[in-house]
Amino acid sequence: MEYEIIVVGGGHAGCEAALASARKGHKTLLVTGNIKNIADMPCNPSIGGSAKGIVVREIDALGGEMGRNADKSLLQIKMLNSAKGPAVRALRAQADKITYPKEMLKTLETQANLDILEALVKDVSHQKNKVTGVILEDDTFIKASAVILTTGTYMNADILIGDTRRREGPHGERPSNYLSDNLAKKGFEIKRLKTGTPQRVAKNSIDFSKTKREDGDKDYHTFSFDLKPLYDVNKQEPCYLTYTTKETHEIIQQNLHKSSMYGGIDDIKGIGPRYCPSIEDKVVRFSDKERHQLFLEPESLYYDDVYIQGFSTSMPYEVQEQMVHSLPGLENAKILKYAYAIEYDSIYPTQLKQSLETKLIENLYTAGQINGTSGYEEAAGQGLIAGINAALKLEGKDPLILGRDEAYIGVLIDDLVTKGIRDPYRLLTSRAEYRLLLRHDNADLRLRQYGYEVGLIDEQRYQKFLNKKAKLNELIEEIKNKKVTPADNDFLLKIKTNEIKDGLSLYNLLKRPEVAINDLLDYLDNDYAEEILEQAGIMIKYEGYINKALKEASKMKALENKKIPEDIDYDAMHNLASEAKQKLKEVKPTSLGQALRISGVNPADISILMIYLKRDYHYE
Amino acid sequence: MEDTIAAISTAQGIGAISIIRVSGPKAIEIVSKIFSNHNLKVAPSHTIHYGYIIDNNEKIDEVLVSLMRAPKTFTREDIVEINAHGGINTTNKILELLLVNGCRLAEPGEFTKRAFLNGRIDLTEAEGIIDLINAKTEKSRQMAIAQVRGKASSLIKELRSELAAILANIEVNLNYPEYEDIEEMTTEKIQLKMHDLVLKINKIIQESKNGQLLKNGIKTAIIGRPNVGKSSLLNNLVGEEKAIVTEIQGTTRDTVEASIVVDNIILNLIDTAGIRQTDDLVESLGVERSLKLIDEADLVLLVLNYNEKLTEEDHLILEKLQGKNYITIINKYDLPKVIDDKKLQNTVYISAKENINIDQLKNKIKKLFNLEKIETEDLTYLSSARSLAILKEISKSAGEVLKALELGYSLDMIEIDLKNIWNLLGEIIGENYSDELIDELFSRFCVGK
Repeated sequence: MEYEIIVVGGGHAGCEAALASARKGHKTLLVTGNIKNIADMPCNPSIGGSAKGIVVREIDALGGEMGRNADKSLLQIKMLNSAKGPAVRALRAQADKITYPKEMLKTLETQANLDILEALVKDVSHQKNKVTGVILEDDTFIKASAVILTTGTYMNADILIGDTRRREGPHGERPSNYLSDNLAKKGFEIKRLKTGTPQRVAKNSIDFSKTKREDGDKDYHTFSFDLKPLYDVNKQEPCYLTYTTKETHEIIQQNLHKSSMYGGIDDIKGIGPRYCPSIEDKVVRFSDKERHQLFLEPESLYYDDVYIQGFSTSMPYEVQEQMVHSLPGLENAKILKYAYAIEYDSIYPTQLKQSLETKLIENLYTAGQINGTSGYEEAAGQGLIAGINAALKLEGKDPLILGRDEAYIGVLIDDLVTKGIRDPYRLLTSRAEYRLLLRHDNADLRLRQYGYEVGLIDEQRYQKFLNKKAKLNELIEEIKNKKVTPADNDFLLKIKTNEIKDGLSLYNLLKRPEVAINDLLDYLDNDYAEEILEQAGIMIKYEGYINKALKEASKMKALENKKIPEDIDYDAMHNLASEAKQKLKEVKPTSLGQALRISGVNPADISILMIYLKRDYHYE
Repeated sequence: MEDTIAAISTAQGIGAISIIRVSGPKAIEIVSKIFSNHNLKVAPSHTIHYGYIIDNNEKIDEVLVSLMRAPKTFTREDIVEINAHGGINTTNKILELLLVNGCRLAEPGEFTKRAFLNGRIDLTEAEGIIDLINAKTEKSRQMAIAQVRGKASSLIKELRSELAAILANIEVNLNYPEYEDIEEMTTEKIQLKMHDLVLKINKIIQESKNGQLLKNGIKTAIIGRPNVGKSSLLNNLVGEEKAIVTEIQGTTRDTVEASIVVDNIILNLIDTAGIRQTDDLVESLGVERSLKLIDEADLVLLVLNYNEKLTEEDHLILEKLQGKNYITIINKYDLPKVIDDKKLQNTVYISAKENINIDQLKNKIKKLFNLEKIETEDLTYLSSARSLAILKEISKSAGEVLKALELGYSLDMIEIDLKNIWNLLGEIIGENYSDELIDELFSRFCVGK
């Protein structure tokens, strides 16, 4: 057997990587431990959320699959922060855990150039630090020019419940027992991480009257820029809100010693995510809080499981029973799956280039949880980029590297490879310096051009995008050129804004905080689609802030454009501070901009670096 | 080299003249903003221009500005050099104006670095420059550390931490909107905090100015008619403290002639000629000269005699003193009273000869500049022009936040400016760590699956 690109792992990163590679015309193999678990959602039944929802839009803009696939499997969808500013709006959907994988599998199976193989990979083979293929656990060798590892939480996975530790993956799947040890032998630094998932309870055993119902939005949304809505707003599944009680907290306090994380098991090395603390953690660390919010989320239309968001724990089964039954509405709840924690191996991400290719082995890429992230969206974003870049590499082209001012995906990858991680990495709006530029509404304006250039966006979708752009410019021009005069004062009063004495362009009128673009429709000659109006409104209203961000971003860009050659010898720079030297050698930044973001490298070090570059590398 | 840099390129001190150098693409534009002579922008290269440095219509200093257009300059960029008049306060003030108007403070050795990077200096000199940067960086780092100890820095830390709480709150609201338990950050709360911040920052700015006075000295004029005992007062102040009286050569218009140290406070005396000359030279300090000194000085010590009536000259001077920092010293307190002191303000009754109430005078000076609380050992103010420029930027940013709140912008926009303020505060005390806010978020709020 021989392939151009092999993707190891069929989770969210693996699916995007495999599709990108195959769509770019490369003969691709996706190897997964269990085909039934392709695009599995082993944790929460939702896609999107703050920052993450924008990643899904970015994936769609670039020609990835997650947004389309989520649109096909919606149970409920809302726009978060819709009452707040445009930069922080993001979609969050409840996705059906049966439909989502099924739709993704359909897409994979019908994709040209893509084969799927059910097997476990034991090792990556390479010659002179260049990938030659993979070796399966049965010692079969499959030849490939590039390999993308998207192993998720499966490398040396241990499930932790109470005082027990079992070597297995999510849902009792077989873990990958050899791959991470073999990677370590090649010189990769392995980092042990940990995450957890809460209980699932039977829907018909919950008394929802004691909880608060939370519905989806009344207007239609799609993640995808191309698909029409495939759901009925009036037929969305509700979520429910309940709370922990005093009793819950007492049960947890009394049984703390039985939790894996709190002494049940004493050899836990994995570092858990700060943003997803277990309920034990929450009760201990925030002991003054009387109650914690819990969300009851439906998992699927096809089965009865309800996910208790916020209740992840590694208590033994009998304690979990007591805990669940102490919750309002869940007094008689039947637990279908117990909560558990999972410990797994990842590779320390500073061992990667910005393209997600490993520094140690050429043509080997890694994406998703193996790189220390958490979350379906973070995984999918990396998978897409790894797939694109592995393919570009084989085509002899430069990799696609998204800037921190261009995409949350760019922020994510740059953070990983530049700063490394302490605990599983989750995207947050606060990680982006220029989040006003990285909006939900403009993901296509930021990225679709790239999607087209790398060959993942076809002519038809591209033309649609160009038309939208043209229409948007037309609208902005129209708003700039049209005026209101004192004769329009009645109208101004009607829309509750101050009267004028001289003419005022619609553009400047729109800058008034109380004026919305939809107020001005009567003054426009042409009709514009809602998304175009919204976009123009944001661009004009927030122009001041956007320009500020652009200015800051261009400062960063200037340093970003100062490239550092790969063969640079930091040891020869004896004036460089030793901490900076060590960090620079580890991260091997590709630009001065990236170098400056490494913790432990300060502006004076950069100055010195510049001088050496100029002197020894004839650097301009 | 996108940004324009500025620095004081003469040694800091009470020299005859000081040079502030500006280099970069916006050098001419920025200097033009604060220079009274508007020909600068269009003037040919390598020319010198006379005029005033202006801050909001206030004349800061009379200067000569040298204009050198790229590429025939030291850095091969546009360079403007401002030749100002010595004094530390004036020089710092000019630098501060440049920073506020868009210059960045040059890093140690940066002009030389630019000269090198732009090919002006031979490559073999590179090593030397690196050593220079290293040495100066270390020194400035130590200086910065010394500077950030004390009250001002703990106040800034406190403000920064309060701001971090607000930022973390906004972030958690944005990132976890479904958590209804978590309180929403409101416009009102931010307004309150901003008012508080502006108040405190302005106080630090004010105290820092006093601190600069403390560090660099208070420009002091001792005036009064002949025979009122100015020289015995000076001798008393000098003698008792065993302070060094320095003569400074080469002074020009800005005539600081001697410094005396009184209770750790430096008084830079101007126009000591009038004091030192024997008092029987009647013309030594005419009233016109006194009036001019009042303009120049930060502190005026007016000496009157307890045993003499006020003259018309005295009344003229007293009128001129309104609104200035001054102390009315009524000397010869040991002699019979003749003076009509009912309308006199800021008075202290002493006898320089008999050493009566000199402590009262000293305390009064300190009180006048809020210096009584400042311990010289524990620096409680920010002394660098850079810090002051940052503080002013913060004050400005806070104003913008308040304005944007009033206009009804959403908190996630406002947060951009708040974050900027937080970063600037961090810059002053040398604390900027990118994941700090995220740590803050998760340590303060309980969220997640």
